[in-house]
Amino acid sequence: MRAITTAHSVVEASPGAKSVAGVLVALYALVAITPLVWIVLTSIKTPSDSIAYPPKIVSPLSLEGYCNLFTIRSRQDSQYIANLPTASGYCEQRARDRNMVIAGSSKTPGRLLNSVIIGFGSTFLAVFLGTLAAYAFSRFKVPLKDDLLFFILSTRFMPPIAVAIPIYLMYRQLGMTDTHVGMILLYTAVNVSLAVWLLKGFIDEIPREYEEAALVDGYTRLQAFVKTVLPQAATGIAATAVFCLIFAWNEYAFAVLLTSGVAQTMPPFIPFIIGEGGQDWPAVAAGTTLFVIPIVAFTILLRRHLLRGITFGAVRK
Amino acid sequence: MNEPTSTIDVTAPPLASVRPRSTTVVAGMSDRAIAWLFITPTIALLLAINIFPLVWTIRMSFTNFKANLGWMAYKSVGIANYVDILTDSDIWIAMQTTARFVFWSILFEVLLGFGLALLLNRRFRGHSFWTTVILLPMMLSPAVVGNFWTFLFQPQIGLFNYVVSFFSGVDPASFSMIGDVNLAPWTIVLVDTWMWTPYVMLICLAGLRSIPDYIYEAAEVDRASAWRRFWSITFPMVSPFLMLAVLFRAIENFKMFDLVNLLTNGGPGSLTETVSITLKRAAFEKWQTGWSSALAIILFLAVFAAANIYVKVLNKVKQR
Repeated sequence: MRAITTAHSVVEASPGAKSVAGVLVALYALVAITPLVWIVLTSIKTPSDSIAYPPKIVSPLSLEGYCNLFTIRSRQDSQYIANLPTASGYCEQRARDRNMVIAGSSKTPGRLLNSVIIGFGSTFLAVFLGTLAAYAFSRFKVPLKDDLLFFILSTRFMPPIAVAIPIYLMYRQLGMTDTHVGMILLYTAVNVSLAVWLLKGFIDEIPREYEEAALVDGYTRLQAFVKTVLPQAATGIAATAVFCLIFAWNEYAFAVLLTSGVAQTMPPFIPFIIGEGGQDWPAVAAGTTLFVIPIVAFTILLRRHLLRGITFGAVRK
Repeated sequence: MNEPTSTIDVTAPPLASVRPRSTTVVAGMSDRAIAWLFITPTIALLLAINIFPLVWTIRMSFTNFKANLGWMAYKSVGIANYVDILTDSDIWIAMQTTARFVFWSILFEVLLGFGLALLLNRRFRGHSFWTTVILLPMMLSPAVVGNFWTFLFQPQIGLFNYVVSFFSGVDPASFSMIGDVNLAPWTIVLVDTWMWTPYVMLICLAGLRSIPDYIYEAAEVDRASAWRRFWSITFPMVSPFLMLAVLFRAIENFKMFDLVNLLTNGGPGSLTETVSITLKRAAFEKWQTGWSSALAIILFLAVFAAANIYVKVLNKVKQR
């Protein structure tokens, strides 16, 4: 796009119009981001500060929410507490202050680990399968290509609840209810449609001449794919992987209906953090903050590819 | 050995000989074999995880099967489930609830999203920073969004209630965005708009940026007014993109489950019960598996029809 510097161009907005636009957009952005900022602030408050009225914007820093997120505490009488040796760490001390002792680790680390295992497992599978299929759709004349591509995309539109009913029954028959493998396969199936469409867009942009040169040089088609296409598609593959990871990380509907313990991920678990210690909003906020940090990082990383991601590769700029 | 054509033809029927005509003569596999080897795993997975269950759902939808009673004791009931659903007044109420939610959330998302895109397109200093900030809500998990808005909506202690009371003077403990019959439907619209306005904005922005400068320059030569330029250039050129965004959001919100489940769970009563919540209650709380399978099929048909239109618009936008 060429830059226009003339003062009265219709394409370039006037400095005044730009300032107005800047102020309005910034205003919207600040209002929109407030809930998120508020959650991060709540995670570093004490439980009583978190429910103070009027709401406290600044309050003494407390990491009690993070302590409570990862530990189970039990209440003891002050006599017992007084006879204990000195508290060994920050969290132990916070618990003592409230006449409690740390009784063990909470379910949070396990749920986070489940999210990581299921997220990376399904992402790897979806991107692997998606890259192969996208290459075939991009380079070869496949019979019924458009119908197959539509079929692949249409599976992504299925209402999760409608899919969950038979999946629930099928997994029950196969003994895959609430297992990592079951969830990985399910998320792979949802993500592979996005992966195929996105990667086809990326691979379409790689000139065929490289492969043809490789073929002329005596490489087999498979070698040409591995040696010329894969390296050039690396950015696209990485972006696709991040999209798949974000989906699997964030997914709620299937997780809440099909997992309950062993394979439960963070999203269905977060609302229950509050149940473990009454009105413990800092702990909920701490769980939310930790869960959201990778997403914020990924969003910044992906911002140039976001448009592709949300339009299945159709819109590129 | 390879013709300099852009596509390698693997569909050509084999001639009299056994080997297909266009097989690349290299060690290992033919192009046709590679194409199928690469595509089959994906198709197989989708058949196993999506299509097989779908066929199963269709079969169950003609029975009175209840998943909590096991495999015995169920029999075919013909189309009774479908008749029952289409004549059930509760379903029509849920459909209307869903339609109202879809309509209002998309209206607000389009107005705000298009507006923001027009402003961002003026390319003021720092516009890409603010774009990234605005995009954040749509990247979050609905679980997280539903959960922290629940916190903000707490009467008395919630930030939302405090802000409303700060500006209007209403007692922050006097209203509950989630529990009140008049407010609960708007609560869902509000949170959905907050979360998905960036989606509409991003796609509209792409539409605006796809308009070549020379069209505006020609309009300037013709002395077209700003109003005229908007309605005869900007809007028509952006409308396929807007259509893409609206269709996708409409499909997503039509089957919306997560936000509603987390914010109100259909309540108070069944006031915000969208079709997905009805389906969840029937399938996983009342265990009417046969009946809910029929409802799932009806929902799926509606979504499938809309997805068809969506892909057509998608291909139209792609060609530009």
